[in-house]
Amino acid sequence: MSTQATSPLFKALNDIASGFRLHKIWTMLGWQDVKQRYRRSVIGPWWLTISTAVMVAGMGPLYGRLFGQPTAGYVSFVAASLITWQLISSIITDSCQVFIAAEGHIKQTRLPLSIYVYRVIWRNLIIFGHNLTIMIPVFILTPSAIDISMLLALAGLLLLLVNSVWMGLMFGILCARFRDIPQIITSFLQIAFFLTPVFWKPEMLGKHQWVAQINPLFHLVEIIRNPLLGKSAPLLSWTVVIGITAVGSIVSLRLFSRYRPRVAYWL
Amino acid sequence: MAHINAKNLIVDFPIYGPASRSLKNAVLHSATGGSLAKDAANRVVVRALNDLSFEIREGDRIGLLGHNGSGKSTLLRVLAGGYEPVSGTLDMEGSVASMLSITLGMESEATGYENIVMICTLMGLGSGEIARLMPEIAEFTELGEYLSMPLRTYSSGMHMRIPFAVATAVKADIVLMDEWLSVGDESFSKKAQARLGEMLDSAKILVLASHSRALLEKNCNRIFHLEHGSLIQVDTL
Repeated sequence: MSTQATSPLFKALNDIASGFRLHKIWTMLGWQDVKQRYRRSVIGPWWLTISTAVMVAGMGPLYGRLFGQPTAGYVSFVAASLITWQLISSIITDSCQVFIAAEGHIKQTRLPLSIYVYRVIWRNLIIFGHNLTIMIPVFILTPSAIDISMLLALAGLLLLLVNSVWMGLMFGILCARFRDIPQIITSFLQIAFFLTPVFWKPEMLGKHQWVAQINPLFHLVEIIRNPLLGKSAPLLSWTVVIGITAVGSIVSLRLFSRYRPRVAYWL
Repeated sequence: MAHINAKNLIVDFPIYGPASRSLKNAVLHSATGGSLAKDAANRVVVRALNDLSFEIREGDRIGLLGHNGSGKSTLLRVLAGGYEPVSGTLDMEGSVASMLSITLGMESEATGYENIVMICTLMGLGSGEIARLMPEIAEFTELGEYLSMPLRTYSSGMHMRIPFAVATAVKADIVLMDEWLSVGDESFSKKAQARLGEMLDSAKILVLASHSRALLEKNCNRIFHLEHGSLIQVDTL
């Protein structure tokens, strides 16, 4: 255990790898977060599922009519969209707090910083798992949607998780140092919910579809939502997301290897 | 061989925000606290540890003595791995048990048993090891049926028994402690002191920070005097 001449990059990679191996700790912390939020509540995390379901039941028929879409198809579209969006947006919001919220642990222990990122991802996966049950009645109502291409949703999810790691490290560092950034990201995501094709479709834009296509969040939603509905996502979306993954990982890794030792001082 | 070798350790805390300028004057003239300096980017920083060098060998019992803000706790946190020194090298060998914040990771809505598992997991113990240690820890706390109840139903004295029992359950080469731990009422306290003593005896190195010179003289063979983040004197007893 020495802080001798190993390169910062090696230490950063080591942090990310050894943190992952401590899965006992981050799965426990992630579960603990969910349990803590819902202790003494009878149905616990299902409350989130219920509120999402209510939103689907409310928004589905209404916006389906507004946009002139067939109700059954549109409701299942909104259901898949909303649970995907909630996963993505809450991972981003929570990324801002990964290190700030773990201040006590970070200052007193030598645990790798990456475990707090994995913890946040795990917590959101648990909630996503609950939300996913909303799709069950959707499948029952529209059985034709079930298809082998749904397995691609797993690939999309996996890709999102890889992105979550770099986002958690990057936003975690930036937000620990500059405390205004969490507010900026939160309000940005509120607007992004309307600007990203979550409850509307890019086709509705007619010849202005590029507005949706230049939005990276759209592609991130697309690679999970479409397979969930038994459709394949466009190749463009996969390409864009893979590109984001590569660029994001490199930038984030550089940031992390440079500032990893400083995080404790900023808290 | 367990050891701690530090060479020219420096720890600076950056001060951010608009108030940093005026804060500088406020801190500069106080008797306690670290000394102020400016780093390369001309930011105001508090130098919490200033060029510390020392060697701690197996068998050493080190006492850290100094005012509030002299750097005792910062040094302990550096040794515990929380802060990485800004410059200088730190070479440590041996397993480390940090008793700096033994309540870390506790959850008042969870039961005593759940809390024991949580603290043990954070310490890096596997589920097999936790299961093996559990009966002994549970028995030591004397909490009996209470262990199945949420922590919030405990009195503060009962509350502390759990982290204490866990922290002293596992032996380590290097033990770090900020002030002597004591818990419980009179009879429990005696038992607790015996248990803590046993753990410390088996440790190869102890680093203990305290304001009490008498306590340090009783338990340590060397006393480091810290002032404004510098190591100004080492007494060998």
